[in-house]
Amino acid sequence: MSLIDVKNLKVEFETADGIVSAVNNVNFSMDEGKILAIVGESGSGKSQTVFGMTGLLDHNGSATGSVKFEGKEILNLSNQKLNQIRAEKIAMIFQDPMTSLNPYVRVSEQMTEVLIHHQGVSKSDALKQSISMLDAVRIPDASNRIRMYPHEFSGGMRQRVMIAMSLLCHPKLLIADEPTTALDVTVQAQIMKLLADLQKDFGMSIILITHDLGVVAGSSDDMLVMYGGEIMEIGKTENIYASPTHPYTQGLMSAVPRLDDSEERLVTIPGNPPNMMKAPEGCPFAPRCNYSIDKCNSESPILVKASNDDHFRACHVSKEKIL
Amino acid sequence: MIVANKGKIKTMAENLSESGPGRSLWKDARMRFIQNKAATISLFILLSIVLFSFIGPYFAVWSYEQIDWNAMGSAARVGMPSIESGHYFGTDDLGRDLYSRVIQGTQISLMVGVLGATVAVIVGTLYGATSGYLGGKTDQIMMRIVDILMSIPYMFVLILLLVVFGRSIGMLFIGIGLLSWLDMSRIVRGQTLNLKNKEFIEAARVTGVSDFKIITRHIVPNLLGIVAVYATLLVPGIILAESFISFLGLGVQEPSTSWGALIKEGAGTISYDTEWQLLFPLAFFVVSLFCFYFIGDGLRDALDPKER
Amino acid sequence: MINYIIKRIGIAIPTLLILIAVSFYLMHAAPGGPFTSERPLPPQVLANIEAKYGLDQPIWRQMFNYLWGVITEFDFGPSYKYHDRTVNEIIGHGFPITLKYGFWSFIVAVGVGIPLGAIAAIRKNTWIDYLAVGVSIGAQVLPNFVMAPLLIIVFTLWLDWLPGGGWNGGAWQYLVMPVIALSTSYMASIARITRSSMLEVLNTNYIRTARSKGLPTKVIFFRHVLKPSLLPVISYLGPAFVGLITGSVLIDIYFSTGGMGYFFVNAAFNRDYSVMMGITIVVGSLTILFSLIADLLYAWIDPKIRY
Repeated sequence: MSLIDVKNLKVEFETADGIVSAVNNVNFSMDEGKILAIVGESGSGKSQTVFGMTGLLDHNGSATGSVKFEGKEILNLSNQKLNQIRAEKIAMIFQDPMTSLNPYVRVSEQMTEVLIHHQGVSKSDALKQSISMLDAVRIPDASNRIRMYPHEFSGGMRQRVMIAMSLLCHPKLLIADEPTTALDVTVQAQIMKLLADLQKDFGMSIILITHDLGVVAGSSDDMLVMYGGEIMEIGKTENIYASPTHPYTQGLMSAVPRLDDSEERLVTIPGNPPNMMKAPEGCPFAPRCNYSIDKCNSESPILVKASNDDHFRACHVSKEKIL
Repeated sequence: MIVANKGKIKTMAENLSESGPGRSLWKDARMRFIQNKAATISLFILLSIVLFSFIGPYFAVWSYEQIDWNAMGSAARVGMPSIESGHYFGTDDLGRDLYSRVIQGTQISLMVGVLGATVAVIVGTLYGATSGYLGGKTDQIMMRIVDILMSIPYMFVLILLLVVFGRSIGMLFIGIGLLSWLDMSRIVRGQTLNLKNKEFIEAARVTGVSDFKIITRHIVPNLLGIVAVYATLLVPGIILAESFISFLGLGVQEPSTSWGALIKEGAGTISYDTEWQLLFPLAFFVVSLFCFYFIGDGLRDALDPKER
Repeated sequence: MINYIIKRIGIAIPTLLILIAVSFYLMHAAPGGPFTSERPLPPQVLANIEAKYGLDQPIWRQMFNYLWGVITEFDFGPSYKYHDRTVNEIIGHGFPITLKYGFWSFIVAVGVGIPLGAIAAIRKNTWIDYLAVGVSIGAQVLPNFVMAPLLIIVFTLWLDWLPGGGWNGGAWQYLVMPVIALSTSYMASIARITRSSMLEVLNTNYIRTARSKGLPTKVIFFRHVLKPSLLPVISYLGPAFVGLITGSVLIDIYFSTGGMGYFFVNAAFNRDYSVMMGITIVVGSLTILFSLIADLLYAWIDPKIRY
């Protein structure tokens, strides 16, 4: 049985200007102990996908479809029921560690409240566990620093605090929403290394959301490429890297600057991400796609097998033409 | 009373200085202001009230000083609003025509509001811009002075001023104006500081745009928006302050009158069945204040680049 | 924190001194002393009186004497008009009254305003939100001097439920209308400020984090939402306090409650400078003290302030 199974997930937002559909018919599943990367540009719906799954959408958003966690439906459960899963089974860390920790509450309190609430342990026990978790994410002098406020930590340290906080209940699944985007490059590498180590130590699964293909390559088992709220390509990371079968994935790959490339100009994908206000008709990437044919503008492509080992793509143009 | 929407103005100031003025800022703003129904209707009503205070006297049968001896002392029986007697809004207890007096009160209250706001805006803008522009120690000291002045209950000082220097309209609006510039100066100072360090100002400077052009093209338009919004919200604040003082009998002196003084008179006689003496001036007062607030809000929304 | 408190008190004391100096100077800049406006007194008598009140000394000397009296003995000197009463007696009579209804007005403004704003923010775009927004817009144009006569019309003249004025030792019937009239516009402002700041906080990333931690709504609200939402309200408390104490002048006049405001306005009409000054200093010290407390409260909630 897979750990999480997402079927036909749709996320919509009701705004003053009309309904925005941020996520459209997303399907995927992942096994225990794996790392799945969700890749896409900003606004591609990757964050909203996981917010929809965990019931953390803004008040004007709604999710439909099905999300099964350990075989049980969790989509649109009541807050009370979701609260028994959050942090305990599914924990999250977020993009901006500066704003994701409450600046008005001591780190100790923000951490211990998780344990006190979910496991009913005493305050002093919770504090002890929290300190050892801070040690585990390699924060020096944890027993003193835990009494500080978030603004007294640096960006990288704050993200470590976030990670420690999310692991307190030893969750099965950690959802990391662009955990390194707001950090310096050197700190990014440290945090990714830390996440990989912790994943092994704790034997958990990670959904890693990112727009940084460099991060994906080294750290994930599977990857899922999103564009305009839809899945473009999904499969084993190594396979997709070896032979990207979707024009968009190809574009992303060639947009990564490489040192060993003699070509001087940085390759970019022309155009901008789509306006989600318009009802998606056809392939969302069609307007920016070099290979697009008439069909792309009228008919939405569905995910089909691209090769034998669980590699799927959503494109009307045949794989051979693109490779 | 005057601190109505400070928080929102602050965020607007931040937004303004972040984006820098587009060429079509004011054009856009006008469009968006017109689209805001509450603000447009308020502007229309307010203009009607102003117009009324100028045209109204031509339709008056009685002047504001003239006493209708019939109605004197028996306003409850004779002085009610009627077309025939020429007292459209009725009379007060002295037999004076309320229609004319409300018109006069409207003129004076609006004038005190606008002139007071002008004084406050000029003093506040100069002070704030100087403080922000000079920066450093001077800035610190100037703002510390504002902090100090802010924690003084200014109404008491104003009443003291009025008692010491005599009660006159001039004194009243200078006094209120001089005591209402504090918020203004803080906002303008913050804005100037922000602007000074903005990339688009630096970019302009680097590309060799003259100081004069930078000021007229970039700094002034950015300050103007905030000043305009704040001034619109300041006028009702000052009208409130003036009315408050006049209600205490320490403001505008007879035979002149203002909304506050009229409300005071009306409020003093409510037990004699002459409710029109309260309701007419009150209606003008409340409606005008409403209009000012809606216009101010509308202006803020229209000028705030983030609201687009 | 200690540094901050010292720094903050360092502002409060000069503020008070400036207030005293300015009002003292204003008094003496006034054309005509308190005794010249009546029938002209024989020069010898006038000199005697001025000597009695110390008015023959240079102004800085007078100010110093006055300050010394205020600081060391809390003595505001004699009233210039009521020769049998000292300013202390007048303040002693009016202050408890002002304090009583002022205190209740403050409680109502904060105690109703904050929950109203909070409920409106949590139940955004429901009828209770619209009601709260409507009330706070309406109350913005209903200052105390408009509320006061309207309340009397309704509760005294129409319904005949409450007495139209007086104090009667502060019995509740005499307290209701002054408190409502005084507190309404501040209650509305506080509700509006709470609503908008809470909406902002509810949209922050750290509240999403709190939700992702599976905490019960109650814990999220009281531990994570409430404190930061109250910061703008706390910065408003200083101005609100000034507004309340200013409004009390009007309440004393209109409802004949007999607090300090009554004596202040009377003194203003009679040019009783020593009473005006005494009251201004008491009120000024109170507001300065209060804004000090509000600032310390702010610093206590916002850890970034404690430098």
